[in-house]
Amino acid sequence: MVVFDKPKALTDTPFHYCPGCTHGIVHRLVAEAIDELGCEGRTVGVAPVGCSVFAYNYFNCDMIEAAHGRAPAVATGVKRAMPDNIVFTYQGDGDLAAIGTAETVHSAARGENITIIFINNAIYGMTGGQMAPTTLPGQVSTTSPYGRDPKIQGTPLKICEMLSTLDGTTFAQRVAVDSVAHIKEAKKAIKKGFEIQNNKQGFSIIEVLSSCPTNWGKTPEQALEWIRTDMIPYYPLGVYKDKTAKEDK
Amino acid sequence: MSKVLMKGNEVIAEAAIKAGCRLYFGYPITPQTEISETLAKRMPKIGGLCLQAESEIAAINMVLGAASTGNRVLTSSSSPGLSLKSEGVSYIVGSDLPCVIVNVQRGGPGLGGIQPSQADYFQATKALGHGDMHIIVLAPAHVQEIADITMEAFDLADIYRTPVMILADGALGQMMEPVDFESHKSREIPEKTWACNGHQGGRVHNIVNSLYIQPDELEDIVNERFKRYEYIKEHEVKSEEYLTEDADIVIVSFGITSRIAKTAIDRARSEGIKVGLLRPITVWPFPEKAILKLTETAKAFLSLELNKGQMVDDVKLATQFKRPVEFYGRTGGMLPSVDEVYNKIVEMNKTYGRN
Repeated sequence: MVVFDKPKALTDTPFHYCPGCTHGIVHRLVAEAIDELGCEGRTVGVAPVGCSVFAYNYFNCDMIEAAHGRAPAVATGVKRAMPDNIVFTYQGDGDLAAIGTAETVHSAARGENITIIFINNAIYGMTGGQMAPTTLPGQVSTTSPYGRDPKIQGTPLKICEMLSTLDGTTFAQRVAVDSVAHIKEAKKAIKKGFEIQNNKQGFSIIEVLSSCPTNWGKTPEQALEWIRTDMIPYYPLGVYKDKTAKEDK
Repeated sequence: MSKVLMKGNEVIAEAAIKAGCRLYFGYPITPQTEISETLAKRMPKIGGLCLQAESEIAAINMVLGAASTGNRVLTSSSSPGLSLKSEGVSYIVGSDLPCVIVNVQRGGPGLGGIQPSQADYFQATKALGHGDMHIIVLAPAHVQEIADITMEAFDLADIYRTPVMILADGALGQMMEPVDFESHKSREIPEKTWACNGHQGGRVHNIVNSLYIQPDELEDIVNERFKRYEYIKEHEVKSEEYLTEDADIVIVSFGITSRIAKTAIDRARSEGIKVGLLRPITVWPFPEKAILKLTETAKAFLSLELNKGQMVDDVKLATQFKRPVEFYGRTGGMLPSVDEVYNKIVEMNKTYGRN
């Protein structure tokens, strides 16, 4: 009897992620959702620029590598060309909430029938720990070495809150992967996003509070703890918008 | 076939549809907006899509996504918009994707003006995007040629897996002339086995990507692409010659200015001045061989452009400095009059002409 196996929607390529990084967990959750929907053969994923740039090597579906921040526009092009395919983007905070803010907001506003997996770890990982649009006030990074000062560097973007104000957004939920309970919730949310798309119900985004022990200067365990003590209070978990819940009533 | 009277910009839209393009992504900018407006009316009626993006940047990345699926896709803009698209163009080249990009040029730099220009010659032929790259650039000179070139552009893009640019200008875009859409002969298009359209469990997953972290791998990929460029240079160069056989002076000019040149040439010829025209139809690849051949008979060349002198460098290189190359141009949206060009011909004839 198989009690644990690799999802079919993941290739055999070993992940390159740092020890304690939670990208691997979220990749797995996305792949499990694809497996459970049985949609791998008609899914096209769009990888970002950032730590998860090599996501195109990890997912077994067709994959496109986008320019920094442009994944939602690329996904729009794919989806409009093939409306019956499943199209998702997998993006980090610098990609989605800084350089790609316009693409993110307008893909939501258009109600593009795509699913965005948004990894918020409050830091630029790949370039080595610079301040992100989601870096917390006071948080130290290599480009905010004295801590992010909102008077100088402004305030973080709360993406789920922002996008939930748009009529085009069908589903927006913030989850975390710091504990087993939260990982299970995250899985449910990701699968729901894919289901909403499969039912042609419109734009879904799942924001995942994720850890970056390397660039936070913490052990993997301390990093997960920091998600709980610092990130979740600033970025409360929960469903920010769910038009399908209203439609069900 | 019967001809219809149409505006250049509308012809681009109609020719794209004839070529089987059903996906257009754009952003409004003068003087090319009629392309979007025409497609906004036409596409929904034929099961196609004309989507107005939030920016030129988004539009070109939608093109990248749609092109990845193996479908024919078009975007159009004018000069400032092309600067914004250049990032995406580089990624499309790096990903070996076909698409057609229209630049209905206006004056620059900056916001510049909205009148006809050829000031994006350098951008189009040398540096539309970062990295070692080229794209095929086609320069029509009349409305019928806009139709033919637009349809040809889709074929070239698919055959060579590259963006193809139609480099027009505000005058050609706005000009009305009779056009026949049936004159183009389609080429054989290779199967798009690379497309990201869902593997349906029947093949290994396809990856459309421009990232190669190993330098030797990236070098190989770029070298392969440059082999394709060499093949294109060998097989796809197009130019038109007008009265060049006995010409002492050969004007090199593309697009709208070539028409002004022709009128000036006719006038000069009526007075016995031996002058002709070489009109590049592909500006990349540039008709180097045709120009080099003309150095055997011509005494001098004149590059006539709507800018401060850009193509003139390519003309000099093509002549291998065997003959003098002069330049005449207007910029900012100004067009040279036939008189201006005629006077330049007469002036050059004093030095280089046999009469």
